[in-house]
Amino acid sequence: MHNSEMSSSQATQVATVDHEGHNPALLHHFADAQQQKNAASLGMWLFLVTEIMFFGGMFCAYLIYRLQHFNAFAAGSQQLSITMGAINTAVLIVSSVTVVLAVKAAESGKRKLLTGYLVVTVLLGLTFLVIKGFEYKEKFEKHHVPGATFSFTDKFDDNGQQIPVNPKEAELFFSLYFAMTGMHALHMIIGCGLFGTLAVLSWKGHYTPNYFTPIENAGLYWHLVDIIWIYLFPLLYLISRHS
Amino acid sequence: MVGQEHVEHDQVEHEHTTHSQGFYLAIGIALLILTATTVGAAFINLGPFNPVVALLIATIKASLVVIFFMHVKGASEKLTAAVVVSGFFFLAILLSLSMADYLTRSWR
Repeated sequence: MHNSEMSSSQATQVATVDHEGHNPALLHHFADAQQQKNAASLGMWLFLVTEIMFFGGMFCAYLIYRLQHFNAFAAGSQQLSITMGAINTAVLIVSSVTVVLAVKAAESGKRKLLTGYLVVTVLLGLTFLVIKGFEYKEKFEKHHVPGATFSFTDKFDDNGQQIPVNPKEAELFFSLYFAMTGMHALHMIIGCGLFGTLAVLSWKGHYTPNYFTPIENAGLYWHLVDIIWIYLFPLLYLISRHS
Repeated sequence: MVGQEHVEHDQVEHEHTTHSQGFYLAIGIALLILTATTVGAAFINLGPFNPVVALLIATIKASLVVIFFMHVKGASEKLTAAVVVSGFFFLAILLSLSMADYLTRSWR
């Protein structure tokens, strides 16, 4: 771009930005609100990409160890509760719908509706965490938490035949189970705090149809955490039922 | 889509179109049906195809979320699109090269 063009266009933009009563959410180092929004969106997606690679590494580790210790991983997976996992999947899907409806409410400037959707999202997030807590409790009771007290008994196939399972390999499955679901749960806790904060700010009227970027970007985060669970659920709970 | 007044220069123009409430609910119901389907499929013995079916359904669900809830279709910035695509590209490299190694070690 030519220098003269740049400076002239910047001059007009600065003049626009500095006029009385402009959008109060627009920071002065951005040319206009759309540029500011695009910059925020780009930054958010960059962060989400690092999250994808972070969880991708754990998914990759899980797939490799599952190949190497297939029998023990299948036996470990069969100890998980499909019912609780499925209910939690449904809870997260419904929460993703409330998030996207919150973004829509923000766009239409419906303050109370927006706050309501944000609060419901937090409640659904907490529901997920409580159900996850019950699952973890069961793991402690069954001594399926990796560590000194870990124990794992052999499994029996459909004909009542005993199939020996190496406890060390089963412990590896549960280590990955707790690393992946635990890291996901940590993201859920952060998400609940994030959406709780947004609910308070939205109730106070911080967001208008001209400025609701935090709602959109927090929504992107929530959807990503949902997507991670969409993959965790089949990989941990479902694919080893008949192995 | 969104009934909005004329936007002034320093206001945000809604480049991505949000969908109607009914549309979002329909996608949500589709996601719930797919969840029920994948749970049901897990109880049927498909042999080696159990993981294939489960991961296929998971990918359909994830795509629905990314396309319709995260509004990537409406993302205006080419730079943002490049970041999203490169993220999945490098994830694909991570998974495919690792699997190309571990899955072929027994071929000797």
